[in-house]
Amino acid sequence: TSSTIGSVDSPRTVTLIPGDGIGPEISNSVQKIFDAADVPINWESVDVTPVKSPDGKFRIPPRAIDSVTKNRIGLKGPLATPVGKGHQSLNLALRKQFNLFANVRPCKTIEGYQTPYTNVDLVTIRENTEGEYSGIEHTIVPGVVQSIKLITEHASLRVCEYAFLYAKQHKREKVTAVHKANIMRLSDGLFLKCAREVAEKYPEIKFEEMYLDTVCLKMVQDPTQFDCLVMPNLYGDILSDLCAGLIGGLGLTPSGNIGENGAAIFEAVHGTAPDIAGQDKANPTALLLSAVMMLKHLQMYDKAERIEKACFETIKNGKVLTGDLGGKSKCSEYTSEICKRIKDSS
Amino acid sequence: STPWRTAYGGKYRVTLIHGDGVGPELMQHIKAAIRCVRAPIDFEEIPLSSNVASDEMFERAVTAVKRNGIALKGNIASQNTTQSLNVLLRNRLDLYANVVRCKSNPLIPTRHSDIDIIVIRQNTEGEYSSLEHECVPGVFESLKIITRTKSLKIARFAFEMAKTKQRKKVTAVHKANIMKLSDGLFIECCREVASEYPNIKFETMIVDNTCMQLVNRPAQFDVMVMPNLYGNIIANVCSGLVGGSGLVAGSNYGDKYAVFEQGTRNTGAGIAGKNIANPCGFLFAAANMLKYLGLDEHCSTIKKAVLNTIHDHKLKTQDIGGTATTSEFIQCVLTEITQMTPQTGFDYEMQHAKSYN
Ligand SMILES: Nc1ncnc2c1ncn2[C@@H]1O[C@H](COP(=O)(O)OP(=O)(O)OP(=O)(O)O)[C@@H](O)[C@H]1O
Ligand SMILES: Nc1ncnc2c1ncn2[C@@H]1O[C@H](COP(=O)(O)OP(=O)(O)OP(=O)(O)O)[C@@H](O)[C@H]1O
Ligand SMILES: [Mg+2]
Ligand SMILES: [Mg+2]
Repeated sequence: TSSTIGSVDSPRTVTLIPGDGIGPEISNSVQKIFDAADVPINWESVDVTPVKSPDGKFRIPPRAIDSVTKNRIGLKGPLATPVGKGHQSLNLALRKQFNLFANVRPCKTIEGYQTPYTNVDLVTIRENTEGEYSGIEHTIVPGVVQSIKLITEHASLRVCEYAFLYAKQHKREKVTAVHKANIMRLSDGLFLKCAREVAEKYPEIKFEEMYLDTVCLKMVQDPTQFDCLVMPNLYGDILSDLCAGLIGGLGLTPSGNIGENGAAIFEAVHGTAPDIAGQDKANPTALLLSAVMMLKHLQMYDKAERIEKACFETIKNGKVLTGDLGGKSKCSEYTSEICKRIKDSS
Repeated sequence: STPWRTAYGGKYRVTLIHGDGVGPELMQHIKAAIRCVRAPIDFEEIPLSSNVASDEMFERAVTAVKRNGIALKGNIASQNTTQSLNVLLRNRLDLYANVVRCKSNPLIPTRHSDIDIIVIRQNTEGEYSSLEHECVPGVFESLKIITRTKSLKIARFAFEMAKTKQRKKVTAVHKANIMKLSDGLFIECCREVASEYPNIKFETMIVDNTCMQLVNRPAQFDVMVMPNLYGNIIANVCSGLVGGSGLVAGSNYGDKYAVFEQGTRNTGAGIAGKNIANPCGFLFAAANMLKYLGLDEHCSTIKKAVLNTIHDHKLKTQDIGGTATTSEFIQCVLTEITQMTPQTGFDYEMQHAKSYN
């Protein structure tokens, strides 16, 4: 039976955004697995399909916003990005609304799922609110376009602080700040300065600075030399996908968006997979591992580990796998297998 | 316009820019190899580095490349200078195209095989425009500039290279879903040029997805073209996939001049002076330079000598899993070159300029 060391006993309400496409199926799978593990969580399911607000713009329904504002923790399936210009992506809107300043993506080799890289175990922490994603662009004269990257001390310090805190809480040994300050001396220079400043407050954690290109070079040669990496927005976008690639792609990679005062939204980084939606074929692993990250964020380490273990064992065992992992099983069968292993382990 | 070439008395002059880290030591070995293959080359040495970085020295380097039309260059570390001298030099010489070919070699065990990618990178604008300022304390802006002229030019360069090298596909890498105007313009220019090359397949791919694809199925890529910063990333990822910094050569082309260097443009400061640096990348860069000058046989002799050293003599430096020192490796390369080079040197004709090797 499980002990509850470090966990919060009273049930916690969490906003669930099932999302589009395969979203509902994989969310359902996560809920079943959480039930099997008796996780003390109440789900509050909300729809985030944009509704037309009085000013004529499409916005996230107030009920969804109220729910996340109240609960401060959410689990989110993939959302279809609206096609057409000028329409703000919902992902972006959520990010802004809740000031989710850090995107955290652990990339850990999944035993039993073979890729050319073994023993990968690293975390990318990406600044999520500024940089190249400030959206400030204009045509100066026809044929000359300028795009502005914005780096602020406030946001840089905030994400670096989080990176070191994360490293400490997750017993990580090293934080690498990824930058391009040899070229962008002022902007990336500021980011680097902030990283150094925070590093001084954590003498127990090793600190290292590395150029983005050198990180790319070394990452594909030997990813085991990395531990935690912290970086500005665009570099994080690119590196986090590169690292996900090392362990087999987006279908297996969880992620968390961390906001101020403990608010957080956890999500699978893959898309809505419209080609297989509604067919019980989707792999729920990425969303499940995101939910596991959420449990760790809520300090329910014990439940988190049990679920994680059952999931990894199922994959390692290789008998019940979804199509994307080379198996023949349905999403529901894979889910039941994990539930069974959880029950057997208690 | 025709690339500049100087051939006084049947000899070409090549500028050697030393740079930092492993640059100076490898440069000496390269010289030995070029002499050994009896290439008709004179050297003009420019000891430009981060420690010898006066305006005067920098201008000397610029003038020398302009005069000779061609250079072999070590990377200059960015410490001690207010701006990257590498960037300044590229801009001054308008070396708008950076080319890094990454090909897997069965002699070098890596995780992936069958890679043969040509990375073509816009080399003179984008995020490397050095336009930055502090708006209010603690808030910095950095400008990325993308122009139609330069984007069309690099796209044209990529398709021309794809055509001459009989490649099948060009992939344009971008982040136009976020940077809709700037990267959007880049893609638009690529598409425009692509329409003139109906026999070459054209596709676009978002940079983060590209990186993920590269570590999973790199063999799907052929020629890749992209703005400056993404080029920095992709070239390093690809170099890493085929064996690393010490192995891959790179070249920079403008309308008039060409500069050859290590593909990943690192200084290798950490391994400098220890006689352990891998000279292969530099040797390949030198060989490419010889080919660019029309010295095809000299080029292939050096390349073959390097491969024989790895294959027949089982010599490798540490970075690719061996134990040989730089000088042991080079010694063997020189012996190989000597065996392949006729006493009188190869016959060659002074060639008209080619736009790239
Ligand atoms: N959880 C999953 N399980 C199985 N296959 C998946 C999963 N997620 C994505 N895929 C597959 O990966 C491919 C890419 O799909 P993904 O949803 O990421 O992008 P997409 O189809 O462009 O959707 P979106 O427009 O939402 O980004 C599809 O073939 C899809 O079936
Ligand atoms: N010629 C070479 N032979 C072997 N390894 C090399 C060579 N050149 C570079 N490397 C290796 O490539 C990696 C990256 O190089 P380096 O440490 O110089 O990068 P950096 O410090 O990030 O950038 P820079 O040196 O340009 O400031 C290092 O592990 C270095 O040892
Ligand atoms: Mg991404
Ligand atoms: Mg260095």
